[in-house]
Amino acid sequence: MMENLYDVVIVGGGPAGLSAAYSAYKNGAKKILVLERDREPGGILQQCIHNGFGLHHFKEELTGPGYAHRCMELVKDKPEIEILVDTMVLDVQADKTVIAVNPEKGLMTIKGKTIILTMGCRERTRGAIRIPGERPAGVFTAGAAQRMVNMEGYLPGKKIVILGSGDIGLIMARRMSLEGCKVQAVLEICPFSNGLTRNIVQCLKDYDIPLYLSHTITKIKGKGRVEGITAAKVDDKMQIIPGSEFDIDCDTLLLSVGLIPENELSRGLKLKMHPLTNGPIVDQHRETSVEGIFAAGNVVHVHDLVDFVSEEAEIAGKYAAITAIGSIGAKTQDVEIQPGEGIRTCVPQHIAVSEAGETVRLFMRVRQPMRKVGGGEMLFTKMLPVAKPSEMIAVNLPAEKIEQINGTIQVVIKEV
Amino acid sequence: MAVEKKVLTCITCPIGCEITAELTDGVITSVVGNSCPRGEKYTREELTAPRRMLTSTVRLEGGRMSLLPVVSEKTLPKEKILSCAEALRSVRVKAPIKEGTVICENILGLGVNIIASRDMERV
Repeated sequence: MMENLYDVVIVGGGPAGLSAAYSAYKNGAKKILVLERDREPGGILQQCIHNGFGLHHFKEELTGPGYAHRCMELVKDKPEIEILVDTMVLDVQADKTVIAVNPEKGLMTIKGKTIILTMGCRERTRGAIRIPGERPAGVFTAGAAQRMVNMEGYLPGKKIVILGSGDIGLIMARRMSLEGCKVQAVLEICPFSNGLTRNIVQCLKDYDIPLYLSHTITKIKGKGRVEGITAAKVDDKMQIIPGSEFDIDCDTLLLSVGLIPENELSRGLKLKMHPLTNGPIVDQHRETSVEGIFAAGNVVHVHDLVDFVSEEAEIAGKYAAITAIGSIGAKTQDVEIQPGEGIRTCVPQHIAVSEAGETVRLFMRVRQPMRKVGGGEMLFTKMLPVAKPSEMIAVNLPAEKIEQINGTIQVVIKEV
Repeated sequence: MAVEKKVLTCITCPIGCEITAELTDGVITSVVGNSCPRGEKYTREELTAPRRMLTSTVRLEGGRMSLLPVVSEKTLPKEKILSCAEALRSVRVKAPIKEGTVICENILGLGVNIIASRDMERV
């Protein structure tokens, strides 16, 4: 059916999908479809009611729903952009056929000239970290609890322990305190916090919530309902130190132990995946290993700032549109970007260099916290006052520098 | 003359600058480490009268969800945050609501309005 042929089909209507749609529209795509499985677009932002979003992208401080609203304002009332909610994508095929289902239209077969994958990520659960003990009610992921408290109107419990100091866990520590709950402790297995420093200050210190670094949970207690947990200190190899155990009383345990890019569709497509980001390998245009299939946002690598998600999705949207209506242009060389000393991951993983020349922004994560970092004798170097694994680093690589590369570059980070 | 150093993390934006303030006899004499003017403003405020934004929810009737997210228009005194959050727990509103609508005017007489964070259609 011809009416089901789109220039760009976008899987996921969160901040990445909406930003990609707007960018595809701005760059000339005439028929854009966004498929969203939830009852409304906006993705996870709708439950992130706290503020602090948008300072980079929209130049104003917004709440999560506020940021989502700005994204939706950009795409609404445009005949070129169609958004289908309550729609689950079941399969994406390499010939750019998308199989989706929704309660009104039933099973749909949609064809895109290009596709952008913006499925985001989901939370690691208790099963993913194997906590021993009973299996009582009252163990939730922090994000599930966030949805309950901020959207559905339920409190998951009254006396809370949070495992993991990721941002969602910290934000939930404050949120539960504001709702009159007692947050007993936040436990973090790493010797450093995995959340933004500002969240340690405004979510934990403000509410006198203790943060136990180098600690984990060795036991969940309770038959029908959580009654408490046993915590223990870990050594520098993250092994439990015998004798360091102590009990904390609680009726609820929230887990904020990491996010996993949601890549079932990418795997179905047999996209080349990166073992550390757990997302598809992409070039600077966010094109995956399958031509015409792009990916952006948390599905590529987990971000700490939604502003960077939007930025990345705009790149994907732009080049998906250009590919759909024409061509990006022949590449002259493919440059691989290898994470070197100190760097855990870098996106994009490679640069498809073309004659046009363009500045490429690299998004990196360091392995461990560092101070006063830079490079030295290098192609290109940037100094930073601090570097933390929880905070993504972005560096612009100018076009004239990319021209000097032959084959591979390494990105390294050193304390100077 | 008592000179005192205080190190704090700016919470104005996600960069989270580590700022060192020097106080002489309790008066701030220098602020270093901030990468923008908001960092200095934050430091001065934090050391004298700390303020915070408040985000929470209020009960909603007639909408697709049972809650409406709300945000303070400006920062509130930090020590009043918990009592403001408590005050919001008894507030009830009806859909439809537009983003920015005042949900609670001049909360606890602190001169700050609480406004809706999003639109909520009537269903």
